[in-house]
Amino acid sequence: MTTFIIRRLLLLPLIVLGVSLIIFSLFQILGPDKLLAAYVNPNVFDKLSVKELDALKEKYGLNKPFVERYGIWLWNALKGDLGWSQVGKEPVTKAIWSRFPYTLELALYAMFPVVGVGIWLGVAAAVNRDKFLDHFIRIIAIIGWSFPDFVFGLLVLMVFYSVLGWFPPGTLSQWAEEIVKSPNYLKVTHLLTVDALINGRLDIFWDALRHIIGPVLTLSFLWWAYLLRITRSSMLEVLSKEYVRTARAKGVPEKEVIHKHAKRNAMIPVVTVAGAMVIGLLSGTVIIEVIFNRTGIGRLAAEAAVQLDYATVLGDTLFYSVILVLGNLIIDILYAVFDPRVRLG
Amino acid sequence: MSENNTTKMNTEFKRVLRKILRNPSAVLGFVLLAFFIVVAIIAPVIAKPLNPMMLDENGNPTKLDNPYIMPIISWSSEPVPPSAEHPFGMIQGRDIFYGVVWGTRTAFYIGLTVTILSTIFGIIIGAIAGYYGGWIDEVLMRITDVFMSVPFLLSAMVLTTILGNGLDKVMIAMTVFGWMGAARLIRANILQVKEEQFVLAAKSLGVKDFFIIWRHILPNTIFPVLIQASMRMGSLVITAAGLSFLGLGAPLGYADWGSMLNFTRNWILGTSGSAFTYWYAVFYPGMAMVLFVLAWNLVGDALRDVFDPRLK
Repeated sequence: MTTFIIRRLLLLPLIVLGVSLIIFSLFQILGPDKLLAAYVNPNVFDKLSVKELDALKEKYGLNKPFVERYGIWLWNALKGDLGWSQVGKEPVTKAIWSRFPYTLELALYAMFPVVGVGIWLGVAAAVNRDKFLDHFIRIIAIIGWSFPDFVFGLLVLMVFYSVLGWFPPGTLSQWAEEIVKSPNYLKVTHLLTVDALINGRLDIFWDALRHIIGPVLTLSFLWWAYLLRITRSSMLEVLSKEYVRTARAKGVPEKEVIHKHAKRNAMIPVVTVAGAMVIGLLSGTVIIEVIFNRTGIGRLAAEAAVQLDYATVLGDTLFYSVILVLGNLIIDILYAVFDPRVRLG
Repeated sequence: MSENNTTKMNTEFKRVLRKILRNPSAVLGFVLLAFFIVVAIIAPVIAKPLNPMMLDENGNPTKLDNPYIMPIISWSSEPVPPSAEHPFGMIQGRDIFYGVVWGTRTAFYIGLTVTILSTIFGIIIGAIAGYYGGWIDEVLMRITDVFMSVPFLLSAMVLTTILGNGLDKVMIAMTVFGWMGAARLIRANILQVKEEQFVLAAKSLGVKDFFIIWRHILPNTIFPVLIQASMRMGSLVITAAGLSFLGLGAPLGYADWGSMLNFTRNWILGTSGSAFTYWYAVFYPGMAMVLFVLAWNLVGDALRDVFDPRLK
């Protein structure tokens, strides 16, 4: 178990290094002049003389051979200097850190409906195999799986905002945002809903919740369909196993057979796809934050990409990858805890 | 011998066909797919690529230079509800019906190109890794891991940003970051087949490596990869449309479902309280995309059920 985790931990920096190498190499297609613009605050950049520009190129090593350039960039990145974000109008690292809690909150909230509803419906479908309920759930699932997130998001906005007026786009209402930004508002976790509760401001909690429900609904819609399908097929396989038959023959109540004997073993393949799900939820935040006009690193990346703000795109993608690798590591460890066969193998 | 083989093929084909016909969702998938193929083929007939704003000397509309750029037929950018002349309505001065119909071609073009290219690329990498094993395998698979550690939409976004906007750039980006699934699958399959008698026999006869992979191993491992590819078609089209929706893919006014939905964004956020007045602007391109993806998902599911009962 420990060696398994240590091995994974050792692999982690290597993968992150590999990702940074790929992304960095891709950006070299641009050439030194375009790249320099990505490092400097543009207000300063326009006033610089050719000599100063050359000095800056020197500082960021843009005239050096590739390997050296990568080394310099990596060293700066490790020190937390990823360049200047034109979209965020602040250093890239700062822009990412200040926006990350919003994205994290969105992804965390989306996990609950995905895992809860997905597994629940998957088990229900498997237990009622080939009955009406099974067909119904499967049809909904495949339709859900075919819905592009931005189409669904637009529909959610139309129905729940424009028609019903329940879930407005954005992150917070104007009045709430002013309170949150005021100096005596405690920011412990930087997650809006949690901080609101800590501050005892139920009105802000409610406001943040109203803004997050639409995006969460959209983000989870596609992935509960995915999880449902995996749960169903895994559950069907387990239900046909001998030990389930034995349990039934012994007279164990059906409810107990399903929830104690079958479901637990059926969950193992479900945990393996959780990795794909984390990737999906994270990628999904990009488009969903744009549609719902929410603050977050996803919208930061999208805006930076449209405005050709290379430094931000590079830094943001790297950050997403680190989160992704960390998420997968946690899942692998959980998996090893659940399934002893993995750590022995 | 060969006659025997064809009859064997025929019975196998009939078995597959029977299995597909018995499954209603598979039938629905194939019907939908056939429908989209027909629409794509007859696009010039049902949505004539003419420009009513540019008349020739006889007063007839001129032909479009590029039928994939939706002609501007009205100077008002506000959406216009469906009418007899424009059955799906208009948005940004363009006919939605025209865009949806020609968008079918765009969807097929993007989906097939990226799927085929990335699958071939994945097969090459996976085959080399699986067949040679050892350090080659180790290096190639770690590279695969690294490529898998960047969220697909973001990596495609990064490369599109660097290469510049445009559909061809989107397709390059999605190919560069889309081959890993196929590579892993073919590698795993080759590891299994590699030790089979017929491969060992070919090896001991001194057959060249390339020939062994091409003639003996690939035909025995290719099916799951093709099924996986058909299941990926849908999500690839969604990703490409997503990039267009963000303004990174197809140029403005291109007959592409994603960029048409990009138009509607302004109208939905801009008209609180009366968004349903513009329902058609989201509904038609959105539905086209959902049905297209649904068709591929159903077909992929059906193929998987038929050819790989283990995965059911």
